[in-house]
Amino acid sequence: MRITELFDNGEFVVTAEVGPPKGIHIDGMVEEAKKYLSGVHFVNVTDNQSSVMRLGSLATCKVLKDAGLNPIFQLTCRDRNRIALQSDLLSAAMLGIDNILCLTGDHTKLGDHPQAKPVFDLDSVSLLHTACTLETGMDLGGNALVGEPPKFAKGAVVSPCSDSVDAQLVKMERKVKAGAEFFQTQAVFEPEKFIKFMEQAKQFGKPVQVGIIIPKSAGMCKFMNNNVAGVHIPDELIAELQADKEKTKAGITGVEIAARIIRECKPYCQGVHIMSLGWESKIPALLSQAGLK
Amino acid sequence: MLMTKLKSKKEILSLTSGSFFVINCHGCKEVGFPEEEAKALEKELMAAGRLAGVITTDYVCNPAELTLRLRSCLPIIAEADAVLVLSCGVGVQTVAEYLEDCKVFAACDTIELPGFQGVTPLEYDCGQCGECFLNLTGGICPITACSKSLVNGPCGGTKNGKCEVCPDMECGWERIIQRLKAQGRLDVLRCPTQMHDFNTDEATKAAKESE
Repeated sequence: MRITELFDNGEFVVTAEVGPPKGIHIDGMVEEAKKYLSGVHFVNVTDNQSSVMRLGSLATCKVLKDAGLNPIFQLTCRDRNRIALQSDLLSAAMLGIDNILCLTGDHTKLGDHPQAKPVFDLDSVSLLHTACTLETGMDLGGNALVGEPPKFAKGAVVSPCSDSVDAQLVKMERKVKAGAEFFQTQAVFEPEKFIKFMEQAKQFGKPVQVGIIIPKSAGMCKFMNNNVAGVHIPDELIAELQADKEKTKAGITGVEIAARIIRECKPYCQGVHIMSLGWESKIPALLSQAGLK
Repeated sequence: MLMTKLKSKKEILSLTSGSFFVINCHGCKEVGFPEEEAKALEKELMAAGRLAGVITTDYVCNPAELTLRLRSCLPIIAEADAVLVLSCGVGVQTVAEYLEDCKVFAACDTIELPGFQGVTPLEYDCGQCGECFLNLTGGICPITACSKSLVNGPCGGTKNGKCEVCPDMECGWERIIQRLKAQGRLDVLRCPTQMHDFNTDEATKAAKESE
């Protein structure tokens, strides 16, 4: 099933994110996904997230699909040139994985292999264009594909709380023109900024899922404020996490905050994308508190 | 060495519907300048009434020298619709910075050749990548000013206007967007999706086109 069908039906679409392990044992991840992600419509599988080398996104997507989940194949331009990207898109389609999220990718310098050569032959925009090109039965070299061409639901990302909203809107427009059919956002902790962003973003007419991270601790928030572009956690939220350390440690405060952000943003968007960062087990409680289940 | 190769006439003429002020840079002897093609272009612009003025000078990449040379031309430049620079990418970027309020365009693609690279100062960098993007980016090079050399807009990694890969470096795309915004030209960014052509080999290019 393609995620675009749900948006077309007017559903409020819930997706969550899982990161493949650094190794070849995946049973634990699949069991967790089956246990905690039954309430989400689709599961994003990250592609060497934060430039940290892990098990492949496509192989993990296939395993999750066989386990009965609906994977979204995240594909970055950091590690592959246009030949490899097109080849992986064809491989995905052949395996029946037809939901993709096209990303530029973090720079290699930020990850665990800073020695690696960053590729960036294409970027998120030209990767969307590439997927559209393959759908016409041609490749980027102008050569015909053999047989029925692939068909994807093509997603992209946008960062609504970035210091440069102008730049984000410029890029979003280019992504829409290049073929993006839905958007997932960077984590939002300031609903008022998101709502303001959506006033402008709605002109593109594409569904947007608000990005949510469950804050685990005040320390994590401060780290994100200092290091993660496009994410800002207001002091009041940090104070809320500091108020009752036991409650925060148990994840109760984080889930309360995340659920509140979802409820505030929900009227202005078409879905939610949860980046649980290892806290998959909190997702059922989050969905229920946010009134999504 | 490097070569500056004139972009296609069609591409140059479509940069503006109005008139050009042309700056030819005959600076470094290490740069192969497209003499004949430049003359032909100048004639054509003149015949079409689209040549506001021409200056042939050297080392436009040197900001102090450029200021001196262009001083007497500023009134004519103000009348022209755009400034067309025939130089390597460094020269175009220097002119674009100096004439910040003007539309400044690159007439050439800069191609790297082995050997000495000339006496270019280091304020601006030209990757000599063979496919100049400066006309789509307000004269700020996305290849050298962006850590990922992105050609379709910024990534999400800008924090306080700085690049998350090199925190000392300003985000090149943030600069591009701010300059185009100041010029009221953000529509430049509504161009078609760009893909860098890494094939600078004329023979394979010609073979592919003739297919």
